[in-house]
Amino acid sequence: MMADPTHPEPRSQGPDRTPGIVAVGWTLLLVVAVAVLRDHPDAVPFIVLLLPLLGFTVLSLFGDSIRDQGEGTGAAVLACCTVMTSFVLAVASILHLRTFTAGPSGLRFTQPYLGFEWMAAGPFRVQANLLLDNLSSVMVLVVTGVGSLIHVYSVGYMAHDAEKVRYFSYLNLFTFFMLLLVLGGNLPLMFVGWEGVGLCSYLLIGFWYEKKSAADAGKKAFIVNRVGDAGLILGTILAFHTFGTVDLVDLATNATSLAAEAGGHAGPITAICLLLFVGACGKSAQIPLHVWLPDAMEGPTPVSALIHAATMVTAGVYMVARLAPLFSLSATALLVVAVVGTLTAVLGATVALVQTDIKRVLAYSTVSQLGYMFLACGVGAFGVGIFHLFTHAFFKALLFLGSGSVIHALGGEQDMRKMGGLWRRIPWTFGTFVVGTAAIAGIPFLAGFYSKDAILAGTLASKMAVAPVLFVVALAVALLTAFYMSRLLLLTFFGPYRGDAETGAHVHESPWVMLVPLAVLAVGSVVGGYAAIPEIVSPSFRLETEGEAHHALWLPVLASAAALTGIAAAIYMFLVRTELPQRIYARTRPLARVLEAKYGFDLLYDWIAARLIVQGSRDVLWRGLDVRVIDAAVNAAGALTALAAGRLRLVQTGLVRAYALLILGGAVALLSYLLWMR
Amino acid sequence: MSATLIQHALLLSLALFAIGVVGVFLRRNVITVFMCVELMLNAVNLAFVAFSRSWGTLDGQVLVFFVLTVAAAEAAVGLAIIIAVHRNKDTLDVDAFDLMKW
Repeated sequence: MMADPTHPEPRSQGPDRTPGIVAVGWTLLLVVAVAVLRDHPDAVPFIVLLLPLLGFTVLSLFGDSIRDQGEGTGAAVLACCTVMTSFVLAVASILHLRTFTAGPSGLRFTQPYLGFEWMAAGPFRVQANLLLDNLSSVMVLVVTGVGSLIHVYSVGYMAHDAEKVRYFSYLNLFTFFMLLLVLGGNLPLMFVGWEGVGLCSYLLIGFWYEKKSAADAGKKAFIVNRVGDAGLILGTILAFHTFGTVDLVDLATNATSLAAEAGGHAGPITAICLLLFVGACGKSAQIPLHVWLPDAMEGPTPVSALIHAATMVTAGVYMVARLAPLFSLSATALLVVAVVGTLTAVLGATVALVQTDIKRVLAYSTVSQLGYMFLACGVGAFGVGIFHLFTHAFFKALLFLGSGSVIHALGGEQDMRKMGGLWRRIPWTFGTFVVGTAAIAGIPFLAGFYSKDAILAGTLASKMAVAPVLFVVALAVALLTAFYMSRLLLLTFFGPYRGDAETGAHVHESPWVMLVPLAVLAVGSVVGGYAAIPEIVSPSFRLETEGEAHHALWLPVLASAAALTGIAAAIYMFLVRTELPQRIYARTRPLARVLEAKYGFDLLYDWIAARLIVQGSRDVLWRGLDVRVIDAAVNAAGALTALAAGRLRLVQTGLVRAYALLILGGAVALLSYLLWMR
Repeated sequence: MSATLIQHALLLSLALFAIGVVGVFLRRNVITVFMCVELMLNAVNLAFVAFSRSWGTLDGQVLVFFVLTVAAAEAAVGLAIIIAVHRNKDTLDVDAFDLMKW
């Protein structure tokens, strides 16, 4: 920091009292608010939505003065307070308003707090309203619940960052937009949230913008998401064109009534679903728009946990599930969703095998698990997709925060080849990490086991022709998941320490403010599977036959066998015979190369962007079309004018009598015309 | 007024105008050219007065007053310009004044 007279250095004498002041002030505010809200229960969802926005506003307007009072911890406490209060109020409103028994249409919140006519252009009318039904309730709980934990964790993780205030203001803004996305009662309002979280994702990936790779990753995420957003906009327009409404409940009602008169609208519905799915692909990192997510790991690790694992990237799954009545009318769209999901799951799992950066393994794992969720939606088991979203939010946030704790302990080291043997040094992180790994691998009776089992059962129950293939592939992915996650765990925490001694000497366990969220998430990763999410959210889908999984006993046995096989193989390769990975690598060099190149998507896009667009623009459009045609035409017009003027100007002699002669000639000509020609 | 009289007046006007035109084109002295312009103006004045008398209206005569006023102003400005140019160029030859060109 430069010495700036307008920004005095934080006062060093005495303890920083701002966090305490903020906390006390917030509590007082809360007591008043609760007293008021008791009489206005309908206002609570709006408060849930607007609290993080309030946090953002305060932090961005008064952030500098908060920082000047101390170290900025007050700002962090404020950000945590807003999100945690949102969570508490969300729980309260869901319990009090009995959302879960409100039926398929849920509760719509309009007057008098919102519900103004937002856009009105002819028949296109959009009310700004919120929709709280079973599906959005679950999402709100995930966003605010996991969000709160990650906010708390960030207090420790970002403790030494000078830009803490900016970080927490972005985090609050993200929470607001994410809540708007899940609570928005119509597609345009959802789109506002959708774009808002994209913006916050960009801002937070590029949070350390002095680092070129971080700035580039932010831009990449933003641009790739724009491709998807174009699909979302077109899908919204086509939905309005077909159904005459963009309201989510009305859309579902219209779609259900259309289902009766079969055929008729199949074409437009398929087109709408596919266009919306393009949007989902962008946001949820599905092939071919998955390339931004691994690079997004340049952001601070809590951001990776919150935005790029637990909440924002699941927005696509949420959107598909939200429009389940529509998607279930188009077999083609469902097939595309299922196949793209499965392919993405395979891609993520295989690329994760060869990654050496701890966060990138987790990133590809996220890509893979998102593919799993789309597979569930694609086979018609939308509730199961949301179930996996729910459990994944716990264990993936846990794994990311755990990896953050490891990185924190090693002073910024992310390369697994320079880790090892850390379990004794950071036991709490290790313990929670084991729980997370077991949960994602599908060890029986943990969260991931139940949701993954439900997806496999749903796939098996599907009447789709390719369902058996998808089932086998999904099972293989489950095995790979267990394998690469065990590899991550073993390379990081077991074996000898492989980093440099300097870093090794300073390994330290993270402060309690980081460990408590880890512990809470670990509990969630254990018990999350017992929440009956598919049953809770199923009314929102209005489907007669929700892929009812017939619980054959062999399926969970098979799934856990796959998981255990993966783990056993990883233990054998990375603990027992540690020379084996190298030999396999040497033996399968071409395949490994393909995986290391991430199947060449980046190369392909680089080729398209750098070769086709940049070179094409330069050589064809600029040097060809622009210079030779457009510029040439303009220059020719100019040259012609100059030439003609060069001849014409000789008329201007400067001699008065010459002008007089011209006037006379003109007058004579005019008079002759008037006299004789008329 | 009889038709012949207006014809005579118009013929005289035409003759005066023609003399003025010829003078503008043939004479080189700028003062002479200037006087020829005045002659053309007065030829037009004569035509105005003749028509005015012929039709029994006063419009033509009013116009003559305007022309006279403008001619007086023009004479003042024109002679001032001629003096200024003469001071710079030391000549009154119209063909020497050709600076205002491309």
